[in-house]
Amino acid sequence: MTKLWRRFRKRPMPMTGLVLVVAFLLLALVGPLVTADPTQQDYLATLAPPSPAHLMGTDDLGRDAFARIAHGAQVSLQAGVLSTLLAMVVGIPIGLVAGFYRRWLDPVVMRLVDVTLAFPFLVFAVGLAAIIGPSLKGVVLALGFAQLPAVVRITRGEVLAVREMDYVDAAVADGAGDGHLIFRYVLPNCASPLIVQATVAIPAAIIGESTLSFLGLGVQPPTPSWGVMLTTAQQYLSDAPWLAVWPGLMIALATLGFNLLGDGLRDVLDPRSSR
Amino acid sequence: MILRIDNLVKHYGQVRAVDGLSLEIGQGEVLGLVGESGSGKSTVGKCVLRLTEPTSGTIELGGRDITHLSRRAMRPLRRDVHMVFQDPYSSLNPRFTIGQIVAEPLLRHKVAGRREVQERVSAMLEKVGLRQEMRSRHPHELSGGQRQRVGLARALIVEPKLVVADEPVSALDVSVQASVLNLITDLQRDMGFSCLFITHDLSVVEFLADRIAVMYLGRIVESGPTAEIFAAPRHPYTQALLSAAPVADPVRQRERRRIVLGGDVPSPVDPPAGCRFHTRCPLAYDACRTDEPPLRDPRGGDHPAACHLVTADRTPDAAAQ
Repeated sequence: MTKLWRRFRKRPMPMTGLVLVVAFLLLALVGPLVTADPTQQDYLATLAPPSPAHLMGTDDLGRDAFARIAHGAQVSLQAGVLSTLLAMVVGIPIGLVAGFYRRWLDPVVMRLVDVTLAFPFLVFAVGLAAIIGPSLKGVVLALGFAQLPAVVRITRGEVLAVREMDYVDAAVADGAGDGHLIFRYVLPNCASPLIVQATVAIPAAIIGESTLSFLGLGVQPPTPSWGVMLTTAQQYLSDAPWLAVWPGLMIALATLGFNLLGDGLRDVLDPRSSR
Repeated sequence: MILRIDNLVKHYGQVRAVDGLSLEIGQGEVLGLVGESGSGKSTVGKCVLRLTEPTSGTIELGGRDITHLSRRAMRPLRRDVHMVFQDPYSSLNPRFTIGQIVAEPLLRHKVAGRREVQERVSAMLEKVGLRQEMRSRHPHELSGGQRQRVGLARALIVEPKLVVADEPVSALDVSVQASVLNLITDLQRDMGFSCLFITHDLSVVEFLADRIAVMYLGRIVESGPTAEIFAAPRHPYTQALLSAAPVADPVRQRERRRIVLGGDVPSPVDPPAGCRFHTRCPLAYDACRTDEPPLRDPRGGDHPAACHLVTADRTPDAAAQ
């Protein structure tokens, strides 16, 4: 662990990513505790520019934008992490079993995956969200299932490649059973692309949550979400442009952070890259 | 007999990789299985370890028929047979340390306690000439020769009765080949395991194998004691193989008569009728194109060859043509 950390620390890009992700986590976890009530309206200070009283200004109902950004971070974090977790927990076992045992299961699973992959990620998520109904839980489920086919496909493809390696044959010759083979040989050697997939999927899901909320299919007002904030802000782009800048900037930074972190993790976790 | 293979057939779809092969390996015996790439020799090794399912025939390991055992039923028998792979780069799990890799067979068969595992791993690493500090290294930190020593240590740690060595040195630098070969020879004399040594290079098995079996297109064309095969090869294919090896003496090298075979190995999807070698044999005549010669020794000895021209008093000479 300490060795991994030492290798990680020396790289500037992953460290930038780590700083951004940690800042995002802090904002999501601590921010809501220290900021004002994000639904508190103040009609005497609507569309106010940034000031010491309102660090990021206020929106059309006089609500503090900073408080809404902080609470919105919590929503984004949940949507991003929980949906990706859902896709991984469900998708990896399916991909493992399909790729390892093949037989009739593999073609069945793969054709289903092909069908669902034919829909673009956001279109699929929008469709699912419309069926499930607009709420945070709906967003997580919709984004999770929209990610599922990609996770299954990546896992299965990696399993197929790893299964052909001589060390898997050697493990069979060692006397290893299927469980040991899958968990100690196949899965660890498939891990790198899956970790990368997770770190690409989290920011995609954050954007997905914003999009769904922007379209009114996600988190419902008055609950603050970066997507909901963008919806409101577009009506006041000329009067209060900062209202659109903050959520947009946050989405961009959170996405960038996870992507940089993912690239770094991939490099560090692969023992072959440590020469 | 440690290993008895009778009429083994393995088809991959249309490809007849192994097509009716029989061989036996006795206690402590080293059999060199020689053939060109594509002759099916590696498939034989995979079948013996049941890493692939034979199409038909029988494989007996230590007197027990293992041809169609399930993976589960095969597991306890894996203490008796292990394998050294050709590619030292893909045959070691990159996520494991050397110590873990070598300990795996012991742990999987639960034949030793934690302490004993550590002791046996240490002893095994020493036997194959690896320093103890290698234990905590990962495979990518080792050279090809070192990795192949790890592969040997893993194959031998449960003291199997039979080791299948599938071209264990052909992926190594020539300078390293000799040291690994010497190591295998020493370990075999020391531990006494039987060995199916698969190679495309006759010179590799000359000093290691007790007997040699030459394979061509999924079948054995000649087998016999190593010295006899080298001194008096009977099958034209074996003669051609032997004549292709350079001689280390420049005078004899210049006098050496080479038999150059025309063309490539025919496709194993559609092997030639009659003798499988007739398309490339300089001595082929009519009967070779229609009748398949049986693998037998017309002189009643231990040196059968599948060739119509080998008779009780005559041996073909491919170089004479």
